[in-house]
Amino acid sequence: MSENAEDKAVDIPAQTEDATTLTKGVAPGETLLKVTGLQKHFPIKKGLLQRQVGAVRAVDGIDFEVRSGETLGVVGESGCGKSTMGRLITRLLEPTAGKVEFEGKDITHLGVGGMRPLRRDVQMIFQDPYSSLNPRHTIGTIVGAPFKLQGVQPEGGIKKEVQRLLSVVGLNPEHYNRYPHEFSGGQRQRIGIARALALNPKLVVADEPVSALDVSIQAQVVNLLDDLQQELGLTYVIIAHDLSVVRHVSDRIAVMYLGKIVELADRDALYRAPMHPYTKALMSAVPIPDPRRKSAKSERILLQGDVPSPISPPSGCRFHTRCWKATEICRTTEPKLVELKPGQQVACHHPENFEDQAPQDTVLLTAAKEAAELVADEVLAESAQTSAAVAQEVAAEAPAEDDGEAPSEETSEETSQEISKDK
Amino acid sequence: MTELSKSGAAVGEPTGTSPAPSSFLEVRDLKVHFPTDDGLVKSVDGLSFKLEKGKTLGIVGESGSGKSVTSLGIMGLHTAGQYGKRKAQISGEIWLDGTELLSADPDHVRKLRGREVSMIFQDPLSALHPYYTIGQQIVEAYRIHNNVDKKTARRRAIEMLDRVGIPQPDKRVDNYPHEFSGGMRQRAMIAMSLVNNPELLIADEPTTALDVTVQAQILDLIRDLQKEFGSAVIIITHDLGVVAELADDILVMYGGRCVERGPAEKVFYEPRHPYTWGLLGSMPRLDREQQERLIPVKGSPPSLINVPSGCAFNPRCPYADVPKDNLTRTVRPELTEVGSQHWAACHMTQEQRERIWTEEIAPRL
Repeated sequence: MSENAEDKAVDIPAQTEDATTLTKGVAPGETLLKVTGLQKHFPIKKGLLQRQVGAVRAVDGIDFEVRSGETLGVVGESGCGKSTMGRLITRLLEPTAGKVEFEGKDITHLGVGGMRPLRRDVQMIFQDPYSSLNPRHTIGTIVGAPFKLQGVQPEGGIKKEVQRLLSVVGLNPEHYNRYPHEFSGGQRQRIGIARALALNPKLVVADEPVSALDVSIQAQVVNLLDDLQQELGLTYVIIAHDLSVVRHVSDRIAVMYLGKIVELADRDALYRAPMHPYTKALMSAVPIPDPRRKSAKSERILLQGDVPSPISPPSGCRFHTRCWKATEICRTTEPKLVELKPGQQVACHHPENFEDQAPQDTVLLTAAKEAAELVADEVLAESAQTSAAVAQEVAAEAPAEDDGEAPSEETSEETSQEISKDK
Repeated sequence: MTELSKSGAAVGEPTGTSPAPSSFLEVRDLKVHFPTDDGLVKSVDGLSFKLEKGKTLGIVGESGSGKSVTSLGIMGLHTAGQYGKRKAQISGEIWLDGTELLSADPDHVRKLRGREVSMIFQDPLSALHPYYTIGQQIVEAYRIHNNVDKKTARRRAIEMLDRVGIPQPDKRVDNYPHEFSGGMRQRAMIAMSLVNNPELLIADEPTTALDVTVQAQILDLIRDLQKEFGSAVIIITHDLGVVAELADDILVMYGGRCVERGPAEKVFYEPRHPYTWGLLGSMPRLDREQQERLIPVKGSPPSLINVPSGCAFNPRCPYADVPKDNLTRTVRPELTEVGSQHWAACHMTQEQRERIWTEEIAPRL
């Protein structure tokens, strides 16, 4: 099979009409999708009567917005609920509670019929290009299916439109009559993308779009998604576990932990100065492809153990069992997701790179003492330093306002001393 | 630096039959071919390398480049003829501590396997037996090679589980694999593979199925255990980040052959093969400023039945036309020394490659 079509620059022929209809409705930068208090609990049933004995709280109350034209990246470890979240906003799953609004319209509980017109606007790209394409259908049938299902008659006929889509995603239009097994993984992923683009969607939810692909192919698909967004003004929600890929593609990033968003921030702010300890640990765990940094192991924060079970998540802040900064308040009170810096929302009592939100609470939990053993002294010292600096700054800026909240430098100092003492 | 350039997993020129080498592990011109209905699949086609004790060799490449087949070859797991009458065709030499494994008696190899050489597989759930407890499986691995009673072996299993960081090992030893999380299963696998203090540990994508936080734990564990036991380690992965963390030397595979190998520093900072450039360019990196665009390698990996003639990388290589006389498409390039202990297989001259790397590739990374 000819491979030269693979990486050909994406040129989009004759897109005039469609392209203009695309952004109709919501102007770029405005809220396209709004999610409030979204929950999904999967019941656990047992016994003869199939009584419900518990629930897997896969997504447990999340709020966020996706603005038109942007890319929202969602990261987290496996089991944090990111895929469930993707299926909830595309309404492949029925939410247990909460609200999903698309273009200002409540779509939370729309039925199959009610959702159908919306399916044109919201499309999904799946992780595994091997199981998401029907092996008994040709590429033409697969990519043309959305037109038939939606009763859309594209100009020039379905076949012509499908071939155009194939060339948009960098495949040879002559492959129209081939079957999925004749394609490599990267090409199959392109077929999945062509299918998602068929009806000119406004929002594309991509669940791990590149994680099943080889490194060199990954880059091809990432670049393709980039190009398509620029050409077609698409809005993406990209769910992935690879933090470097997410940084590359996203404008804003949501970090999830056990069904909750713990940090939601602009890309640069998040990677420059993560505020949630979990974000910091997650980022420090990524192996850096640079042998000279092998010695700089001290920067790494090793988290202990595994993510707790979402069936009975820890009380208070869900990260407190693995957090090196956890204090009593973390165990008892759940931190709210609040905007601490412009464009950076965090749910933490003791954020990094910022003033402490609960400075009066200095006694570390035992779990935190154990966890702190895995954190290098430099990291602890640095984080204490930055929070002290920020606290000072905030105190200087707003001396009159909320002096109850703004901690004096001393308390921060105390906290850091406390940490080093406990070590 | 000097230590690195003198490091163990350096290269030896593929030679014919010669006496036992001085290195701990030496693979010479290893070929593993599988006959299939569609033709002969040349998974590994002439691979040579050396590895010393206490050193780590990283084998990198895309899926289908022959990385895993190489490791199974060293373990002697291809000869069993699991494909019915169609056995894998293996040639070459694998010298481990003075013994040639390919021509050795299968019984002898079986004794080495698990004791001197052991392996960590990618997917711990399918590598562990679901019917037996973790303890039973470790005990079995230990008792096969050591003449001890069950009690002693069990104590040893608990000790190993403790060593790899499983909490409450005395209780966990009686758990079944499904009761462990992904990270803990991989730890249990590592415990099992280290129970006999092997001198060579092969880790085939040990962290690919794991989350980054757990991956960091496991990489740390492998590094610490290597320090403690002084074993030689071969780590097979597609993730350049993982090799950079662990490996002293790196071997880049493409289409069943080695295209570049050398000390980790050299391969990362002065790579001399366009495929290595491609791998480095297609990775988004957290330690750099945001790149505008990634530089992918065009096309897809070659089929191992019909490996392109000449240089296997030529259909995907942006510099295929640099050497004269259509050389890249007709003649297969051999590994040539491009620096101290650093080898690459490319038809471009040393100067051409140096110029392209410093002027075109490196600034874009």
